[in-house]
Amino acid sequence: MTGNWTIDGVKEALAAKKVSARELAGDFYKRIEERNPELNAFLALSPERARRQTDRIDALVAEGKPLPPLAGVPVAIKDVISTRGITSTCGSKILQNYVPPYDATAVERLEVAGAVILGKTNCDEFAMGSSNENSAYGPVKNPLALDRVPGGSSGGSAAVVAAGLAVASLGTDTGGSIRQPGSFCGIPAMMGSYGRVSRYGLIAFASSLDRIGPFANRVKDVAAILQVIAGRDPNDSTSTTAAVPDYRSEIEKPVKGLRLGIPKDYFAEGMDSGVREKIEAGIEIFKKLGCELVDIRMPHTDYAIAAYYIIATAEASSNLARYDGVRYGLRVDGDSLISMYRKTRGAGFGAEVKRRIVLGTYVLSAGYYDAYYLKGQKVRALIAQDFRDAFTKVDAILTPTSPVPPFKLGERTADPLQMYLADIYTVTGSLAGVPGISVPCGKIGGTLPVGLQIFGPAFGEARVLQLAHAFEQAGGATV
Amino acid sequence: MKISRDDVLRVAELAYLDLNETELEMYRAQIDEILEYIGKLNELDTSNVEPMAQVLSDDQTADATLREDLIVPCAVAEDVLKHAPDPEAPYFRVPKVIER
Repeated sequence: MTGNWTIDGVKEALAAKKVSARELAGDFYKRIEERNPELNAFLALSPERARRQTDRIDALVAEGKPLPPLAGVPVAIKDVISTRGITSTCGSKILQNYVPPYDATAVERLEVAGAVILGKTNCDEFAMGSSNENSAYGPVKNPLALDRVPGGSSGGSAAVVAAGLAVASLGTDTGGSIRQPGSFCGIPAMMGSYGRVSRYGLIAFASSLDRIGPFANRVKDVAAILQVIAGRDPNDSTSTTAAVPDYRSEIEKPVKGLRLGIPKDYFAEGMDSGVREKIEAGIEIFKKLGCELVDIRMPHTDYAIAAYYIIATAEASSNLARYDGVRYGLRVDGDSLISMYRKTRGAGFGAEVKRRIVLGTYVLSAGYYDAYYLKGQKVRALIAQDFRDAFTKVDAILTPTSPVPPFKLGERTADPLQMYLADIYTVTGSLAGVPGISVPCGKIGGTLPVGLQIFGPAFGEARVLQLAHAFEQAGGATV
Repeated sequence: MKISRDDVLRVAELAYLDLNETELEMYRAQIDEILEYIGKLNELDTSNVEPMAQVLSDDQTADATLREDLIVPCAVAEDVLKHAPDPEAPYFRVPKVIER
């Protein structure tokens, strides 16, 4: 029964009393029980909270009242997003028993809209990673190929949707952490503009880059989730007051005549030939849909990884200063306050997090600030300018999401720089603050999924979703 | 070599992070390689570029979003203390900071 549920399908089945919200959630939990041991995608389940919500929805159905937009839709939440009363470990030992006293705004909005929160999903520790192998609770397996990674850092959120263990999920994206796992697990995954979705309750990694966004099995459902979580929140001063369009009607508009930029700089060396073949076939689909393809240049693309890893680690080193063993999480006793801090942090953080704290502290430290941090911020400005220039010529930009298809577990863990370099196509949009989606674009050899990335101008989410929806409807997933 | 063992030690001090010998050498070598790569930014002349710290549009800046400083109920203290490693209401207890 958990096979191919869509958001509309759930609502129709509830309204027609073919299934109750409680039964539906029960079926998903049963499936989770069967599949999660091999996938390791859920870190915590929240059946009591789900029960309270399904009772509320079933009461609405019984009383014949109108159902909210996500009524009864089973969803999963990445573990870096705060959920009141449900452990939120961030994939870290340092927050092993941490139970937030409040909900993230995005979570609260999902529940108000009727969604049923099934539990929390595994991820790279503090969202730092591109393969989900940096979780203190073990890696997630890719449901499409169990010997391969699901991508990261939101690997669990991508895997549960791809495996049919949730209809939709929330992830977070700092340098590609929604789009790349969406690509690796063969499902649509969206990062809205910086400021489109409130970050309140998102446990911070790099505050000028972090964004919350949805995964689902089809673009229309991604739009439906974004619709609910987007919009101004007084608890996040960086959330925008800009009106939220009706994405579900916007996506049905025809794409004929839209101008799509193909940046040469993204199709340079380093791309897997299988990925290239699928992306080129995907671009042909847009041509058939009547879009105009335009060659563009984004000359600073090659510098994005270097700028990103300066800025992201600098912000992380500052944000992660809060884990000191005083107010929450792990404490390792020491004979002085400082020694307690040092031991707690040394024991609580994993290898990638420590590496980034050391690098981030270094690039901010006296004598290196100008050479690294300030330089990184200046190059960030050049990359943002590349996007602004491009959007004077085109309506959207098409690129691959990842230069490589899902790789084997353990294959890339030894060399952090090589792992960072695989973020090349996603970090640019993160630095610029623009929205981006990854949509399924065929499978190499019929098994390994490829994602096509669509960038739009700031607050151009409707355009991005419209193109992704048209691509999906035209058979993009099977090119 | 971009970063020395002493640099890593100094930075770990700044970040209040205990690192063992193995970690020290591993991070030194890995971060050295990363800094070497980051050095490619020097190919770009950025002398006339303003640094970009944020991507905020006009309605997202601090000036645009400052609100009235109102007191609102926030009854989470008990819950917060319940999950602290060493609480003694209404405080968090820590090792002695000042020696008499």
